[in-house]
Amino acid sequence: MMQESRMSKKITIALSGNPNAGKTTVFNALTGARQHIANYPGVTVEKKFGIVKHGDYEIEVVDLPGTYSLTAYSLEEIVARDFLINERPDLVVDIVDASNLDRNLYLTVQFRELGIPLIVALNMVDVAESRGIRIDHAALSRLLEAPVVPMVARSNRGIRALLDQIVSSAEANREWKPAAISYGLDIDQSIAQITALIEKSEIYDKKYPARWRALKCLEGDSQITGLLQRDPAIGTEVLEICKNTHKHMMATLEDEPEGVIADHRYGYINGITKQVLKRKIDLRLNLSDQVDKVLTNRALGPLFMIAILYGIYSFTFWASEVPLTLLESFFDWIKTVLSNILPPGNLQSLIVSGIIDGVGGVLGFVPLIMFMFFAIAIMEDSGYMARVAYMLDRVLRWFGLHGNSVMALIISGGISGGCAVPGVFATRTLRDPKERIATLLVVPFMNCGAKLPVYAIIIAAFFAKRQAQMLFLLTLLSWAFALFAAKFLRMTVLKGPKTPFVMELPPYRIPTVKGLLIHTWERTWQYIKKAGTVILGFSILIWAMMTFPALDEHQIRSFEERRNQLVEDTLASHALKTIAPNGEVLMELDALYTSYRAAIENSDSASLESIAESPYITLLAAAARLEENAPPPPGATVENQLAAAEFLDFRRGMQSSRFEEQQARLKHTVAGWLGVKLEAVTSPVGFDYRLNIALLAGFAAKEMVVSTLGTAYSLGDVDPEEAKSLTERLQQDPRWNPLMAFTVLVFTMLYVPCFVTVISIQRESNWRWAAFSVGFNLLVAYGVSLLIYQIGSALTA
Amino acid sequence: MKKIVRMREMADNQKGLIQKVTATGEMGRRIREMGLVPGNEIQIQGRAPLKDPVAVRIKDYVLTLRNNESDRILVEVEVPDP
Repeated sequence: MMQESRMSKKITIALSGNPNAGKTTVFNALTGARQHIANYPGVTVEKKFGIVKHGDYEIEVVDLPGTYSLTAYSLEEIVARDFLINERPDLVVDIVDASNLDRNLYLTVQFRELGIPLIVALNMVDVAESRGIRIDHAALSRLLEAPVVPMVARSNRGIRALLDQIVSSAEANREWKPAAISYGLDIDQSIAQITALIEKSEIYDKKYPARWRALKCLEGDSQITGLLQRDPAIGTEVLEICKNTHKHMMATLEDEPEGVIADHRYGYINGITKQVLKRKIDLRLNLSDQVDKVLTNRALGPLFMIAILYGIYSFTFWASEVPLTLLESFFDWIKTVLSNILPPGNLQSLIVSGIIDGVGGVLGFVPLIMFMFFAIAIMEDSGYMARVAYMLDRVLRWFGLHGNSVMALIISGGISGGCAVPGVFATRTLRDPKERIATLLVVPFMNCGAKLPVYAIIIAAFFAKRQAQMLFLLTLLSWAFALFAAKFLRMTVLKGPKTPFVMELPPYRIPTVKGLLIHTWERTWQYIKKAGTVILGFSILIWAMMTFPALDEHQIRSFEERRNQLVEDTLASHALKTIAPNGEVLMELDALYTSYRAAIENSDSASLESIAESPYITLLAAAARLEENAPPPPGATVENQLAAAEFLDFRRGMQSSRFEEQQARLKHTVAGWLGVKLEAVTSPVGFDYRLNIALLAGFAAKEMVVSTLGTAYSLGDVDPEEAKSLTERLQQDPRWNPLMAFTVLVFTMLYVPCFVTVISIQRESNWRWAAFSVGFNLLVAYGVSLLIYQIGSALTA
Repeated sequence: MKKIVRMREMADNQKGLIQKVTATGEMGRRIREMGLVPGNEIQIQGRAPLKDPVAVRIKDYVLTLRNNESDRILVEVEVPDP
């Protein structure tokens, strides 16, 4: 539109607060669905922002990472304070958990030290009241010198009042006013000295309040002391003061200035809470503690944990069964429709076997992934995930990981059927870079939803009697490999100390539907996105690699000639000649028999009846009986039996000739050439070129292993009703046996993370680790498979 | 009688008053920013299945610490007179 009536005024606010204080709930309540996610420049911390209109104002809400403090120890905290200092939002809305006032005010006090205009959103006042805690928010506002808005974000109470307050605070347009909190005589003195020095400096960076910088220097804040280097004359003087203060503190209080400052902050907070907080003496245990007495009980806790994880597993598979079947039929339907519309040839093959099989294979698993993420969101939002981290920390620590690593491992498929892409993002909760990279590198070992169809086909073919046990064994194996690989990495390339674990066990909460849906959708979307982009491209690429270059005319003709010869030889035989006098009838018979078999298998009585009308029914019935090794139908003559046997021979000959042509065609393509070349490496683990091609395709997405294997075994291109299922094909292939099948299962579990995961690993670390991940996983997979296959072969020989 | 012990030595459900935090650096900062500072009362809530980490209640929330971290927190506890 050309004329805009009135430009709305813009306010930028930063949303901050402790983890678990309900920051995300406030953010969702403020911005609704109008959210955007980006990364802060140069780092992997997620930046969420959204716009909300209120009155004449357009308010941009930036969701800062949840932090307890504003130090330079963690990436999140540096990102948060850099944003405040460099971007200078109009004000900070600090979400404070009313049921947990003291600890939450520790961050609030640090905003006061920084001096940025502040609004305190006193959230969860209902929870506080249910625990007998009353807060005088007017007094709190007076003492903090900042407006306080009581609210219950979960039920949208107080959101309007908060928006009103944001507008009026922004209109007041306050200057930054660092609060002068006392940290004891010695430190106060040093702060005064350093402040004076910094203000005197000519290159003093006005962005940082001088007093706050002085305080950070005394705390030994690496980022701020680094700034001193710009003015060496003053820098050395400041560092001298810091050193002397440190020495003095150690001598008199046996504590570092940092510790003394923290203690005084808490002293200041205690002074505030004594005046504003009234607590009814409440001796009874709160509900959350009572639940914990059972759920984290030393003996019962692990049992409950196993039961809950098993429950999630069953729920996911149960709930997604119907939608999975529906989606599968939907894609089958599209394939049939398109096969009918498009003329046979490369275009049809590209769209049907390339694009739809590839993209459909990925999208087909959306329901499974979605329910798994929904269940995981319940675990997280209710607070149970923190208990899992608490109970498993001792075990994970032994492997060089952290209690919080468990979340990434579970999301990636720890209970079968997740996705490593959101799993990689979940490693963000880990603070230590080495623990994080170690977790990042081992999550692709977990059994993500994409590996399940590969397992399903192979287990059905070779371990049909022990399907559940086999899947369970694979789950255990994936955990074992992930953990021992982590241990190995932490002992070699990622050697380093363990990080502090001090972590909050948030009280149990009933998750909100909105929160669950947002969490589920965010992760599911990451999975779907890969189908639309990377998989589409790879599907086309792999289809082309498996199609071109085609066999030349001459080769194709030689296969045709051999089949023509077969027809002629068959016609020359005595018994069949009376029924099928020429090639045309023979081919007609062949097609009719195929439909007849299909009708029997599907118990399709309508088709059976119409075929029964055919003059050839005696022959068809005799052949079908013969093929099943059943006694001949009543009334079948010796002539009939002989003809049936000859007819079956003919069919087998035709089939094997078509199969050979298919294989020759495949070997002739780029993919075939690669697959054959790779046999040099893969034959010691028993893999042939077809499997190599399928595994190559699996690098794009593991779902593609099955569809590619199907194509490699010339299903799909041949009349699908004629082709045996992939399961049967594998069983009949002499190369395949249970030992090799097991090797393939383990190899599929371990080898390269899929392409999108590699990209995610790169985004979360750098290209070196992404490349390392591919090499390391391949090496582990190959080594383990080699051991299994060679030892297995030696034992069975 | 009052006695000063390391937090690791405290029994389940035992209460005490934090006297001193001897941890420095990142661990010290992390312990303090979570509210484990002198003067605050704590109560041991329980321990994980392998007796490590320990869950401790302070004011209105529950924290978990590893044993090597709870070693760095000195707590004044009430012990029966000998």
